[in-house]
Order: sequence, then structure tokens, then C-alpha cells
Amino acid sequence: MDIQSFIQQLLNGISLGSLYALIAIGYTMVYGILRLINFAHGDVFMLGTYFAFYLVMIFMLPWWLSATLAIALSAIVGMLIDRVAYRPLRSAPRISALITAVGVSFFLENAGIVVLGARPKGFPRPEFMSHTYNLGGAYITGVSIWVPVISVILLLVLFYVIYRTKIGMAMRAVATDMETTRLMGVDLDRVISYTFAIGSALAAAGGIMWACKYPQINPLMGIFPGWKAFTAAVVGGIGNILGATIGGLVIGIIEIMIVAFFPALSGYKDAFVFVILIIFLLVKPTGILGETLKEKV
Amino acid sequence: MKREWRMPLTILSIAIFALFIWWAQNHLNAYYIRVLSTAAIYIVAAVAYNLINGVTGQFSLGPNGFMALGGFTVALLVLPVSQKQIVYFLQPLIWPFNSFSLPQSLFIVALLLAGIVAAIGGIIIGFPTLRLKGDYLAIATFGFGEIIFVLANNLISITNGALGIKGIPEYSTLMWTWGWAIFSIIVVSNLAKSSYGRAMKAIREDEIAAEAMGINVFFHKMLAFTVSAFFAGVAGGLLATLITTVSPSLFMFTMTFNLLIIIVLGGLGSITGSAITAVLFAFLQELLRTVEAPIQLGPIHLPGVAGMRMVVFSLLLILAMLFYRRGLFGRKELSWDLILSIFERKGEGVGTTWKKEKMKLS
Amino acid sequence: MEKGKNEAILTMNHVTVVFGGLTAVNDFCIDIQRGELVGLIGPNGAGKTTVFNAITGQYIPAKGEIFFEGREITGLKPDRITKYGIARTFQNVRLFSELSVLDNVLVSYHARIKSSFWEAIFHTPRYLREERTFYNGGMELLERVGLAEMAGETAGSLPYGQQRRLEIARALATGPRLLLLDEPAAGMNPEETRQLMDFIKRIRDEFGLTILLIEHDMKVVMGICERIRVLDYGISIAEGTPAEIQANPRVIEAYLGEEERENAEA
Ligand SMILES: Nc1ncnc2c1ncn2[C@@H]1O[C@H](COP(=O)(O)OP(=O)(O)OP(=O)(O)O)[C@@H](O)[C@H]1O
Ligand SMILES: [Mg+2]
Repeated sequence: MDIQSFIQQLLNGISLGSLYALIAIGYTMVYGILRLINFAHGDVFMLGTYFAFYLVMIFMLPWWLSATLAIALSAIVGMLIDRVAYRPLRSAPRISALITAVGVSFFLENAGIVVLGARPKGFPRPEFMSHTYNLGGAYITGVSIWVPVISVILLLVLFYVIYRTKIGMAMRAVATDMETTRLMGVDLDRVISYTFAIGSALAAAGGIMWACKYPQINPLMGIFPGWKAFTAAVVGGIGNILGATIGGLVIGIIEIMIVAFFPALSGYKDAFVFVILIIFLLVKPTGILGETLKEKV
Repeated sequence: MKREWRMPLTILSIAIFALFIWWAQNHLNAYYIRVLSTAAIYIVAAVAYNLINGVTGQFSLGPNGFMALGGFTVALLVLPVSQKQIVYFLQPLIWPFNSFSLPQSLFIVALLLAGIVAAIGGIIIGFPTLRLKGDYLAIATFGFGEIIFVLANNLISITNGALGIKGIPEYSTLMWTWGWAIFSIIVVSNLAKSSYGRAMKAIREDEIAAEAMGINVFFHKMLAFTVSAFFAGVAGGLLATLITTVSPSLFMFTMTFNLLIIIVLGGLGSITGSAITAVLFAFLQELLRTVEAPIQLGPIHLPGVAGMRMVVFSLLLILAMLFYRRGLFGRKELSWDLILSIFERKGEGVGTTWKKEKMKLS
Repeated sequence: MEKGKNEAILTMNHVTVVFGGLTAVNDFCIDIQRGELVGLIGPNGAGKTTVFNAITGQYIPAKGEIFFEGREITGLKPDRITKYGIARTFQNVRLFSELSVLDNVLVSYHARIKSSFWEAIFHTPRYLREERTFYNGGMELLERVGLAEMAGETAGSLPYGQQRRLEIARALATGPRLLLLDEPAAGMNPEETRQLMDFIKRIRDEFGLTILLIEHDMKVVMGICERIRVLDYGISIAEGTPAEIQANPRVIEAYLGEEERENAEA
């Protein structure tokens, strides 16, 4: 493989990886605070693309406005899921919330099949995403360039929110020590709501870009990216936002490279992510950036 | 209730039930036999699933993956060699499976091997995940199920890919399925009631305290998970020889989801509860088929909606978790004492039977 | 350092436990003799519970070593350490709350089971015999701690004082020679506290125990401990008999002083 196609594949991997990263952040933020695997997160990713699809196709809104509205709607869906399905179970055994999360996920997928139809729909991607650029001999599609660029912008906004705003500070405090933060008068439910909103918004943004990359959308499209993104969060160090970003990139690049270098194995590319997960759990369960947190006894 | 009475009563009711099964096999039509068999297979899988999720409190999403291992194992072992040559036309089946098949008399061996293969799968998944605190088991088992799907689609010379394996002999009679159902109930509930089961429940309640009381947490989680995988494998094998085909799509996540509903509605931690809801679920599933079929209401024609059944089931699960978390039985078991305490309201409740036992013992 | 290793039941040498940037226990040394009843006191956050967690294997010390009956136990897993003969209670009660009182105690016998799980599943005579032994032992133990009447209740439904007592019973059921009690009197009224003091002294004699006890209630500590160690900010600042500790100016400054401050605030 020559250097040009290598760079092409690398960019491709980075763009896929940034999408995993955007989804992984939502998982990791919710897990950091609630110790809950929000199985429905991948389905919010799916809903985001459908919102954008309908806003463009039916309401004929301009592309940028549709995307913005779709992200906002997904944020609201995320908050609603928390409000309706998870909040009543905060003091219940942890397994209850996990089971409910699986239920919500399955509900969204099957309601999606019933309401939106099982057949895949062609996603109307904007011109700048499908355009092919010629960078010094390497032909690179718009998605490979714009997806990482937009993801980086979104990440910068996220880090600003987390580290420079009051609500971000509250989120970090709640993640470190929920009980103490509550005693200091922070409204936990509000903080958790915002966490779901931010995570879902990022997932929706990821979903819309995903649909630009692979322009076929269907109600089950969230399952695999969702699971891989969670794996990315584990690989990066669960609970750690920067870790989720790194984990996402690692998984995305590995996946693309396996397909590029070993085309015969491309059918198994999803299985490799699983192997990576098992290796990390065996060798470094705290992930790349995670630290060992001993439960207070 | 006198202690000595329980055993004979249990044996008597199993005997009566066996008689019923024998009668059903010979007199019921194929449709009902199939529903009854499905119910029994659900019992095997659900009771085992409850051991890890309900009794030990470790959230696994693995049953569909383990059932797939068991189903394909049995299919490869019992499919006649001539049928193998017909089925595997894309790529020939690998050695040694292409050269032999087990006769019906060795069906039990095939089922045991199905269980063992699944149990080995369980050990492989359990080893990295169950050492850790947190819900890594959930994410690894979920991935495992999906990966089995990927492998089953791609390892064509073993699984025949997406086409699956057809023409498996129909060995799963009611005697087989219900035999395993009863066996699994006895084994799993004996285990759950034993000292080992107490350790598992202690882990569910408080892992740190259990460890501080000398319980080897990892060992007991592994034990529960492996036993659970074993029976899931057997259930997969029974299913393969009931519907006579296996394909990757048969063992998708929906299977695990159904089992999750069963154990939640029956009561997480109640083995007999799972068994009862497994039967109810098998019948409910048949009833709800009508939801997806087209309906003709006089002149109005409502087209069937595919997927509606799963929408109903997922709502059922969410609502159960929110408003009916203890399920039918909570953590109690259906026992002669419980049945009696329902009949004689004023008699000894379940909670007080120990006193009598204590007096007997001391 | 070698000294005391033979006669002491527990020896801790220069044990240090850190969490991130925080040194919760710093260079902690102690020798505890067989049969002693030692108190460990100090203000909130001094690191007392962390000492327990280091002994029982919940936390692994960054430095130092711990010997129990001459055997090194540093860094072993908690269940191993319990099997060697150290049992504990928790500051925040951690019962198996959905299990019955009797089952809570029986869990502790399980570590000693000889029958395999096969035998347990298929009810072999040996398993049934063992289960019977456990059962009788558990009931007898509950009898001795005064909880036999509640054997069938779920542990979580007991009143708080009895929950604490059950925690002690559960620890005793593991058959320990060293018992660690973390604030056993917390949340008890004066009458319950008085009973508890008698109870602790009684079990020490009846079960031949060595006891290390963390307690904020000075009446308890001064009333039953033969020797007291004081911890402040992870560092040992004093050791002595109750009388010596009460008279020690550093202790008064670090510990009693804080209490007064708290009282003044309240
Ligand atoms: N798992 C942990 N992770 C981080 N910090 C911890 C952990 N466990 C204890 N600490 C910290 O170590 C210090 C000592 O805690 P420890 O619980 O040992 O105090 P203590 O003397 O038992 O106090 P108290 O009287 O309040 O029980 C505290 O600052 C505590 O916050
Ligand atoms: Mg403490």
C-alpha cells in the first residue's frame, strides 16, 4: 500500500473514530455520574438521523437548520428518557435501571420499525459532504475532512462547557462525589438532565454525520455503532471524557485499517472490536486514561 | 406442613405431570405440541438466566449467544451426513463434522455437548469480566451475542452462513423438552437454595460485604454464569431439534430480550417464578401474533404491523420495571408451604416455618 | 521490626495508604497482643477506617507490611484474609438486607464448606450433614447474641441497633481470632450503648477474641479498651491506657478540641 492510500485510510479512520468518540462521550458522561450503561444511547443516535431526514425531506428546511433542530430534538428525547425511565429508579437496585435501559433501547428500535418502517431510507447528504477533494494526488471525500473538523469544534465546545461553565462544574462534582455534591445543595436531577441532553446532542450530531458517511438509515442502525462506542469508552477509561475521545479514535482507526490491510477479514471487523474489549478488560480494565477508583468502604 | 410430606408430594406431582406430557405427545395436534415445547425450552433458558441475573445479581445479556453455540453444536452433531452434503453447497462442511452424525440414541450426548460448548463460551467471557466490579459483563455479553451473529454469518464452512442449516431431525419431543425443563428447575433451584446459592445471593446484595465474610466472589460468579451458560446451550440444542433449522437470525438479541421479560415478570431471583412466566410468555407470544396479522373489522381492513409485538413487549418490560419491580413472585419460591399458606390464611406463613424446623432440630 | 512478630497476633509495619494525592494513613505501626481489646480513635477523616480496610485487604497499602499470626497478609484478597481468621464489621452497616437474619449468618459459614457444588446440587449425605451443621451453628450463634427470635425476618427490616448486632454476629460466624469493629455504637441510644459494651466484653471472653475497635463514643472507648491508639490526619499521635490518653495534651488538642468546636457550633 502506498503512502497516499495510507493517508486516505488514516483520514477515513479518523473520521469514523471521531464519530465513535462523539457517541462514546454520552455513554461515559452518564456512566460517570449514574454508573448506568444507557443502552438507549445508540438509539438516540439513530433518532437524530431520522429527525434530520424528515426535517430536510418533508419540511424542506435548509440543511444546517435541519441538523441543528434535529440535534436539539434529540437532546430533548435524551432528557425525556431519563425523566421517564431512569429517574424513578435512582434508589432502586442498579440492575433495575440497567434492565429498563435495555427495555427503552428495544422500544425505540421496534417503535422505529413500526413507525418509520424497517426499510432503509436514503439520507440526503449535503453537497460539501459528498464532494471529492484532490489533496496533492490523494482523493479525499468531504466526509473524511469535515467529520473530524466538525467533531473537533463540537469537542471544543464540550470542553468549554465542562470546564468553564457552572453546569459543567456541577457535572464534574457530581461525578466525583454525588453525595457530598447533593449535600452542598446542588440539584442532582437538573445536572443529570443536562448530562443526558449534552450526551444525546453529541450522539445526534454523530448520527447525522454518520448518515452523511453511510447514507442509508434504518431503525436498527444505532446498535453496532452504539456498542462499539461503549467499548471505546471502556478502552479510553470509563467516566473519562478525553479517554472516550481517544478510545473512539483508536477503535475507528483499527477498524478501518483492518478492512484496508486485510480485506479478507472485513466480514469480521466487528468481531475485532470485541477482541479489543476483552484484551483491555484482561490487561487494563481501567482503560487508557482511567484511574483505579476504590469504592469507599 | 410436615417436612417429610414435601418430597413425596413433589414426586407425585412430577409423576402426574409426566403422565400429562405423555398423553399430550400422543393426542395433541402439532401446533399445541410445538407451543408446549417452546414453553419448556423457555423454562430451561429462563431459569438458568435467572441464576446469574436474579440470584447472583450480575447483569448478563448473553443467553442468545450461548443458545446459538448450543444450537449450532447440536445441528452439526445430529444432521445426517447425506443432508450435510445437500445443505453445505456454498462451501463444504469442515472435517470432522462432514464425516459423521450422531444417531438418535445419542441425542443426549449431543445436548450435553451443546451445554458444554456453551459453558466453555461462558468461561471465556466470564473470566475477563467477572473479576471486575461494575457492569462489564453486560457489555461483553451483549457484544458476544452480536459477535456470534457475525461469526455465524461468516464461518460458512461451519455454519453455512446466513442460509443456516436445514433438515435437522426433529428429536425434541415433549418428553425431551419437559424433561430438561424439570431437570433445570431442580438443579438451579437446589443450587440457589444451597450454601453456594446463599453465597451468590450475598454477592447480589453486597459484593464487598460478601468478600469480607470470606466468600470467593469471582468463583461464585463464575459458577453461576457457567451453569447458566450450560443450560442456555442445552436450550439452544433443544430449539434446533424442535424447529429443525438453525440460522444466525434465530439467535438474535430478541431471544435474550424475551428471556429478560420472563425473569423480570416472574420475579428476579425466583426460579419457580421464571418457570411459570416462561409458560405464560410462550402462550402470550402466540396470542400476540394476531397483533401483527392483518385484521378485518367489517368493512375496515387494518394491515398487519410487523414489529408491533416487540413494541408491546418492550413497553411491558419498562412498565414492569417502573411499577411492578418484584414481579409475580418477588424472591419467593413456589413451594408447598407457600401454596398451603395461601389456602389457610391463618396458618403459618412462609416466614414462620423456620421456627418449627428449629424446634425439630434442637 | 522483628520484635513482637512472635507474640503479637497482628503486626503492622510502616503501613501507608494513599488515594490519588491524599495520604489517608501515613507510616502506621502497631502490635496487638492476643486477647487484647484495643481502641483506635481520632477525628473524622483521620484514617481509622482506612486502617481497617488495609488490614482486611479492601485497600492495598502503598508501603509497609501487615502480619497476622506471623504470616504476611499484605495485599491478599479480602476473602483470603477472612479465611485466615480476621473478621470485621462496617461503619455503614452492610448487611445482606434482603436475606433473612439466619441466612446472613450462614453466608459466613460457607467459606468453610467441604462439599463441592455438585454435592450441593444433588443433596449428597455429606452436603446435607454440613448444611445441618451450619444451620445448627448459625442458630446457636443467633441464640448467643440474642437474635434467635428474629432468625426468619429479613435483615433489612430489623431495627438499627439489632442490625449492628447482626453485623457482629455475621463476623463471628466466620470463626475469627481477630475482630475489627468499626464504630459499633454509632447511632445507638445510651441504654443500647451500655448493653453493647457488655456484649463486646462478653464475646471477647466467650469466643477467645482479640478486638480492635474504632469508636467515637468516648464512654465506650474509655470504658472497655485496655489500650488506645490515636490517629490524626493519618498519623499516630499517641498511644496509652485510657487514663493516659485522657490526660495527653496532644490528643486533647487534636481530638477533644475538635469535639468542643463542633459542640460550640451546634
Ligand atoms: N476509597 C477512597 N477513595 C478516596 N478517598 C478515600 C477513600 N477512602 C477513604 N478516603 C479518604 O481518606 C481519609 C480517611 O478516611 P477514613 O474513612 O479512613 O476516615 P475515618 O477516620 O474512618 O473517619 P470517620 O470517623 O469519619 O469514619 C478521608 O479523607 C477519606 O475521604
Ligand atoms: Mg471511619
